[in-house]
Amino acid sequence: MAPLVYFQILSAALFVIGLYGVLARRSAVLVVMSIELMLNAVNINLIAAASHLEGQGRFLNFDGHIIAIFVITIAAAEIGLALAIILRMYRNRATVDVDEINLMKW
Amino acid sequence: MVLQDIIFWLLAAIMLAAALGVVLVRDLFRAALLLVTVFLAVAGFFVLLSAQFLAVVQVLVYAGAVAILLVFAVMLTKDVARGNQPNRLRLPAAGLAGLALAVFIAVAVTTGWTPLPPSVQEQAALVQTQASGGTTPEGLEQAGISGEVQRSQAQRATLADLLLGEYVVPFEAVSVLLLAAAVGSLALLRGRPQG
Repeated sequence: MAPLVYFQILSAALFVIGLYGVLARRSAVLVVMSIELMLNAVNINLIAAASHLEGQGRFLNFDGHIIAIFVITIAAAEIGLALAIILRMYRNRATVDVDEINLMKW
Repeated sequence: MVLQDIIFWLLAAIMLAAALGVVLVRDLFRAALLLVTVFLAVAGFFVLLSAQFLAVVQVLVYAGAVAILLVFAVMLTKDVARGNQPNRLRLPAAGLAGLALAVFIAVAVTTGWTPLPPSVQEQAALVQTQASGGTTPEGLEQAGISGEVQRSQAQRATLADLLLGEYVVPFEAVSVLLLAAAVGSLALLRGRPQG
């Protein structure tokens, strides 16, 4: 199996791609998608660390799996709520451009 | 294992290309489909890391439910026509992302990720065996159970024991959070628009 560092570099790459998407895109839907990319990167990192703790997938410690399950659940809750807010925003303002949503800007 | 290495590099190439496509492609609908590709590649990594249960959950929750929600959102907001434009922070964002990647890789490479010493591992195995009724690999071999199917079943059993045993309080908290999120999104979307 590939060493742990490969998985960590891969997960870092996926995370920064998501970071770029969050910072540099205008569509709120795409910002949500980029957040999902970042959460998936975190999950890869968790499972790789759990798997390499003892080597070759013979798990002694399942804490990484449990945290990954919680991350997936919270991501599901987050995406449901975020898309509800985006749809509401679109109904009220007819745009999902995050640069134009400045109601709460000081 | 040569085959595992080939699968690793193949999955890594597919995943990174699709992820770059998600943030760079102009058509939002294509971005959503590429995101599904990323989710499936991540599920492949979970299988490669012997976390079969999480791979199934990943396909069900992400490639199934989340993808459908996102496609619905893309369709309902009619933003497909305007496309996926970058804002004026594009270059600073790319610079920040590159800097973060460099820092992450430097930290990952320079840190010595030593596994636990063997004595600690044996102790942990003993504790785990006592806690979960002998579902560690050593416990399985002692009980005369072997083979990938039984190991996968044992993995699920251990996960279930942990979720409803040691981690029952966070489990219930997450359940309430999920319910609150579902009720909250319904409350946000019901009724006529006010403005």
